[in-house]
Amino acid sequence: MDKKLVIPGEFLSENPDLADEGTYVEDGKVFSSVMGVASMKNRIRVVPLSGKYVPKPGDLVIGIVKEVAFSNWIVDIRSPYEGLLHISEYPRRIESEEMSRYLNVGDSIMTLIKDVDANMKIELTLNDQRLRPIREGRVVEVTPSKVPRLIGRGGSMIAMLKNETNCHIFVGQNGRIWVAGKDKGMDLAVRAILKIERETHISGLTERITRFLKEEKGEKIIEREPVEQETEKMETQEEKEPSEKETMEEKEGGILDELLGNDK
Amino acid sequence: MNKPENLIENGIRLDGRKPDELRPIKIEVGVLNRADGSCYFEFGGNKVIAAVYGPREVHPRHMQKSTSAVVRYRYNMASFSVEERKRPGPDRRSIEISKVSREALEPVIFQEYFPRSAIDIFVEVLQADAGTRTAGINAASIALADAGIPMKSLVSSCAVGKINDTLVLDLNKDEDNYGQADMPVAITKDGNITLLQMDGHLSRDEFREALEMALKGCEAIYEMQKAALMEKYPAQLEGDVIE
Repeated sequence: MDKKLVIPGEFLSENPDLADEGTYVEDGKVFSSVMGVASMKNRIRVVPLSGKYVPKPGDLVIGIVKEVAFSNWIVDIRSPYEGLLHISEYPRRIESEEMSRYLNVGDSIMTLIKDVDANMKIELTLNDQRLRPIREGRVVEVTPSKVPRLIGRGGSMIAMLKNETNCHIFVGQNGRIWVAGKDKGMDLAVRAILKIERETHISGLTERITRFLKEEKGEKIIEREPVEQETEKMETQEEKEPSEKETMEEKEGGILDELLGNDK
Repeated sequence: MNKPENLIENGIRLDGRKPDELRPIKIEVGVLNRADGSCYFEFGGNKVIAAVYGPREVHPRHMQKSTSAVVRYRYNMASFSVEERKRPGPDRRSIEISKVSREALEPVIFQEYFPRSAIDIFVEVLQADAGTRTAGINAASIALADAGIPMKSLVSSCAVGKINDTLVLDLNKDEDNYGQADMPVAITKDGNITLLQMDGHLSRDEFREALEMALKGCEAIYEMQKAALMEKYPAQLEGDVIE
């Protein structure tokens, strides 16, 4: 068995060279440091089931402007630390007095983490063509550790979601997700996202969500019977989860898709 | 209740327990939606709820540490938690308990992972029946794990005491009031002691034996804490079996 649920302090391995995220080494042995799913393939890592978002340079996130200060917007990025968006990081030149005309308190932005220094000062930027303020659609929040699952293998989950719901979707690494499209599509997309969040740790996720979306869309014609649901669950249990390493790579791919405008 | 003649007779205590028996424990994880992590913990007649927030920004600002997180622990008893109304608000006793409980948990938290941030732990005692600080520490350590905060281990805690010259595990209210000693202990999984207090008198040998009993009690509690956390994600376990 190479995957299991662990609590902090559980013994994982005798080989400290394999220790990766979510673990710590003591007396040459590897222990888990968070509650989560431990995987022993190649490296030993524990993917947490909950926890705050810790900013990393290069992450795309969705922030909400908290304060307009002199030459900086102070942005909430759902982490223990606030983000700073300097006036020069706005795509066009604006005067300090006019800042709130462009971005005011409460506005949401898709933004990129430009730099994180040792003091946890976080610099954000909007200087990138894929980044912009959010003017329409909705933003939903999920646990940040579940973002890789939401994107899926090679961006499969998110591509499928976009396809089935006809929505634009942007996934921030901080667990904020922007959805825009027709009202019905958005409703469905939001419900699917929340379902993914609830069921990330159960295997056969993509398949289950595909079925969920199809059913929801067809629901107006045929009412489902509860018995059917039961059998479906049994089937999907058989599916194998993608390995953690894969999910990590997918994360990159998924975002790249996002950036390259692979959505319609 | 007036002082009973004997708190223990023929190895059976007033509430029917054996000397080394814990009171029944009930644990529920994730009972609060707003908190990052939470836990409801029943320890015999004790009912406590723990909520964990963070890591989050530190307010007031001057409290923040530039190289690590600050851990703040607030132990509070509800005014209705004891028979005679407890005057609300912090008092000498609850400030002390907050401090020792915080120090019982700090060694296991990887504080240096989150510089300039705060981890806030709130423990509310809804009903008190001796041993609320141990119940609070048990609840808080589960709530910390539930919040996804990196830790070396869970912390488990229980008390030992002396009644009628007999060492007993996990005192209840009457045993605490009329007993000769009360000693709360908290340990990490590998047996490091993070809390040790003593009220009353124990001889050196009694102390050794008492500590031994407390460690056994804590181990039992650890297993229950672990089971409660695991229970929150039952589907994962099913998935495991199939894989």
